[in-house]
Amino acid sequence: MKKFLIPLALFFGLVGFLAVGLNRDPHEIPSPLIGKLAPEFALYTLAKDEQKFSPKDMQGKVWMLNVWATWCVACREEHPVLVAFAKDNQVPIVGLSYKEVQPQDEPAGKKFSSEAKLQLARERSAIWLARHGNPYVLSALDLDGRVGIDYGVYGVPETYLIDKSGVIRYKRVGVVTPELLSQTILPLIQKLNAS
Amino acid sequence: MKSIWKFPLHVLAHVILLLAFCMAPVALMAKEAAPMAEDPVVEKRMVHISEELRCLVCQNESLASSRAELATDLREEVRSLIRQGKSDTQIKEYLVTRYGDFVLYRPEVKALTWILWFGPFLLLLAGVVGMALYLRQRQAEQVQAEDQNLSEEERRRVAQLLKEGDAS
Repeated sequence: MKKFLIPLALFFGLVGFLAVGLNRDPHEIPSPLIGKLAPEFALYTLAKDEQKFSPKDMQGKVWMLNVWATWCVACREEHPVLVAFAKDNQVPIVGLSYKEVQPQDEPAGKKFSSEAKLQLARERSAIWLARHGNPYVLSALDLDGRVGIDYGVYGVPETYLIDKSGVIRYKRVGVVTPELLSQTILPLIQKLNAS
Repeated sequence: MKSIWKFPLHVLAHVILLLAFCMAPVALMAKEAAPMAEDPVVEKRMVHISEELRCLVCQNESLASSRAELATDLREEVRSLIRQGKSDTQIKEYLVTRYGDFVLYRPEVKALTWILWFGPFLLLLAGVVGMALYLRQRQAEQVQAEDQNLSEEERRRVAQLLKEGDAS
């Protein structure tokens, strides 16, 4: 009887490990940036002026950084959620437009100048936001993806929650859902605002 | 000593000049193609480093082999870090601070990764010990069983047969 139970127990142990392993999303990697200062940058925004946005500008506020692009399919799923969330005025959402102009957008054998890239990114983003709604207080343009590398971006959309002293408190890789907002993000915002 | 060449010196100069002109396009072309592998030393180090790094988009590919756009950007980043004179460890550190230990195919040995590094050996040791104990037990049981199965008469015959076998 005992001899029969041992392999059975081992089998269920293995099933347990596999069940946990298979239900985990391998794309969700714990970010080493949590608890660290949000990397600095200075980028042009969608507003057609020479003003640059920098995370310093948000000092003293709890804010959300949402990485997006008009070519990103999953962002379309996420966008209405963000638009609805922005209406509640819980937290300012800053957009980070990630590599809006893709290499395949360039005509064969030609490279866009950085001015042309900036202009195209602004035009395309403005059209897209006019059509789908604009949840952002502003959107910074990371045209070459260098800021994305500093933030460890490897899949758009990504969302960061940054506290009053500029420390990253939360990171979400993938679509932000209403459940995630109400169960995780909103309580965290309230906690960070209170502190 | 008189030269066997009947060429006057100025003709020779012309020939050399002509040859130089012929070679010029080759030289220019070589310059054109350069960006492919801008600096072979940098390129070699870049490949060496990025073979040890995971592409986060297609996770079972290395950064060196992936064709994902992020991988292209990161390879460029690694190249520029090499040109800045950073060491291999510094470059890996740079990526780990952004993307976490997961980018390393060969994770660092530290308290958190002990189970990863030494777990398999522990399992092997447990298996070997278990196997040895099991075999010893089984052998003991078998010997005991054999002993019990033979009667006094049979045992005497076995001894006799073995003796005869030795003698022949």
